[in-house]
Amino acid sequence: MSEHEYTPKSKVGKWFNDRLPLLTLANHLTDYPTPKNLNYWWTFGGILTFCLITQIVTGLVLAMHYIAHADMAFQSVEHIMRDVNYGWLIRYIHANGASMFFLAVYIHIFRSLFYGSYKSPREIIWIIGIIIYLLMMAAAFLGYVLPWGQMSFWGATVITNLFSAIPLVGEGIVTWLWGGYSVDNPTLTRFFTLHYLIPFLILGLVVLHIWALHVPGNNNPIGIDIKKPSKDTVPFHPYIVIKDGFALLMFMIVFAFFVFYTPNILGHADNYIEANPLVTPAHIVPEWYLLPFYAILRSVPDKLLGVIAMLSAILILAALPWLDTSKIRSAVFRPLYKQFYWILVADVLILGYVGAMPAEGLYLLIARIATAYYFLHFLVVLPILGFKERTTPVPLSITEPILGGSPNLAAVKKRDTFKDQ
Amino acid sequence: MKNFFRISFLIALFFGFQFNSNAAEKVEYLKTDWSFKGPFGKFDRAALQRGYQVYQEVCSSCHSMKYLSYRNLVEEGGPEFSVEQAKAIAASFEVKDGPNADGEMFMRPGRLSDKFVMPYENEKAAQAANGGAYPPDMTVLVKARGGGVDYIYSLLQGYEDPPAGVTLDEGVYYNKYMYGNKIKMSNQLSDGLVEYSDGTNASVQQMAKDVTTFLMWTAEPHLETRHKMGFKAIVYLIILTVLVYFSMKRIWSRIETKV
Repeated sequence: MSEHEYTPKSKVGKWFNDRLPLLTLANHLTDYPTPKNLNYWWTFGGILTFCLITQIVTGLVLAMHYIAHADMAFQSVEHIMRDVNYGWLIRYIHANGASMFFLAVYIHIFRSLFYGSYKSPREIIWIIGIIIYLLMMAAAFLGYVLPWGQMSFWGATVITNLFSAIPLVGEGIVTWLWGGYSVDNPTLTRFFTLHYLIPFLILGLVVLHIWALHVPGNNNPIGIDIKKPSKDTVPFHPYIVIKDGFALLMFMIVFAFFVFYTPNILGHADNYIEANPLVTPAHIVPEWYLLPFYAILRSVPDKLLGVIAMLSAILILAALPWLDTSKIRSAVFRPLYKQFYWILVADVLILGYVGAMPAEGLYLLIARIATAYYFLHFLVVLPILGFKERTTPVPLSITEPILGGSPNLAAVKKRDTFKDQ
Repeated sequence: MKNFFRISFLIALFFGFQFNSNAAEKVEYLKTDWSFKGPFGKFDRAALQRGYQVYQEVCSSCHSMKYLSYRNLVEEGGPEFSVEQAKAIAASFEVKDGPNADGEMFMRPGRLSDKFVMPYENEKAAQAANGGAYPPDMTVLVKARGGGVDYIYSLLQGYEDPPAGVTLDEGVYYNKYMYGNKIKMSNQLSDGLVEYSDGTNASVQQMAKDVTTFLMWTAEPHLETRHKMGFKAIVYLIILTVLVYFSMKRIWSRIETKV
């Protein structure tokens, strides 16, 4: 992978490295040439790695004290909150950590959308990312069920019932998922098992995600390829390490604020009521990070079509590298795309908002329009935009606008078309 | 740095959005100063002890407190009764224990290690005694209600005569803060209902505030530790962030690019 062959200095190091080139890998990771113009939106990859590790470590400790049984789960969580030393801290980090994880992943995804990071030659990185995102949603949903509160129970009931929309075998699948005829103890134990498994799958995929990234290298805010590595890039260590570290610390301050001062604000009060199959909560609402998809699900009157719409809303992202026909990566040089990008951001926020509201009246109408627009953006706007849009001149290299002294492109040579590929 | 403000702004905006979406359809709750609110918030020890008294003399005849033990009453950050006081409190309850050597269950005075004694044997018994409504367990009650402490505080003072046109069934009462305004718990508090040992005037408002403070503590027994630790953690993080910021500036000054 490295441009130059690395040989360890010490004899032992060389002996070891010839047999398992771990030192070569370490050397590759520290020397990895990174575009020097990356902005702070690029620090979220590192932040996400931190989130994953945090969730795994706190999750392991919680699993030592948690009891996956319908009669004891709620009580064991209270045991963690009260009697386990710093159990409240571990649990609040884990619960808020999920929200922080999604906050970071949404920024990471929308950064990718803005700067066209999903485009050739980075399609595989993108698709692995989408799979990671799907697994994150699964892990988050399964984890939310474990405290066995009212929202846990009814959320599990609603989501597993979605599978009953599948023709012919739907009902059978739901019974199979539940391990019975309703959400009950067998459901809880299998959800716990899967919740424990998925983070390690994510970890494996993260390794692939980074591996795939290190083949073409990072995209960058200008969205053009590296011309001269010596001029356009900096070694990952120390430049990017310290910058990522700084951003991570800023992120941790926000994280700490939630954990220590408003630990329950992102959760639903009903989840502090123990699960009761006989009492349905007034509104069954998923966690905030799933609300846009929940809104899409509910905006379609037919159950099966609703499920299909919800799944397509995520899976359509995997096709994005081919739906976006523009050769220019960065939205900086795409005046029209930039506007549609912000409309999409607003659209998703609106979907999140109506997802938290009852599906009736005006909310339902807004949800339907927003859902329609969401698909329109990917299926119609993006493909057409690539052909119709007049893009602004793209600089010749990464260094050029930087050396020119201003990030806007006044000082940049005019070119009509982009021939970087 | 400009980017950071932009990021923080977006985050704030996003969560602002969230809270708004949860804040719909709420009535205005009664407001009071809670000593435990804010980053340096602590429980008012005397209020917790009075609150325990209200719970004990009023609420506990119907509402259980099943995740709390008598030993918790002694612990730091709580009402901080003395060990003797807490032992006396525990001993005033009869706890079912056993089986003994003869295989029989027997009653004995409570100990610090015992959980709070439940008012009813089980949920069904509680329902049977309360006209079909189950008085919810109170340990995490303030966290289990959207309005939190303000809601509980208001609810306790929210009993009114029903407005014209609203008819109530037998055993149902009108409360302006209850979801749907109909509640199966009758008005429990009246001025002078309990006699506070510290001489505080036991007005309805005072009792509501004290017992709600107590319920906040039962729901979040480590709140004080959390606030203290949070302050230290955030100060530490800010100092570290500043140091790392200057290191970053220094490292990046080796090349001409701005960071």
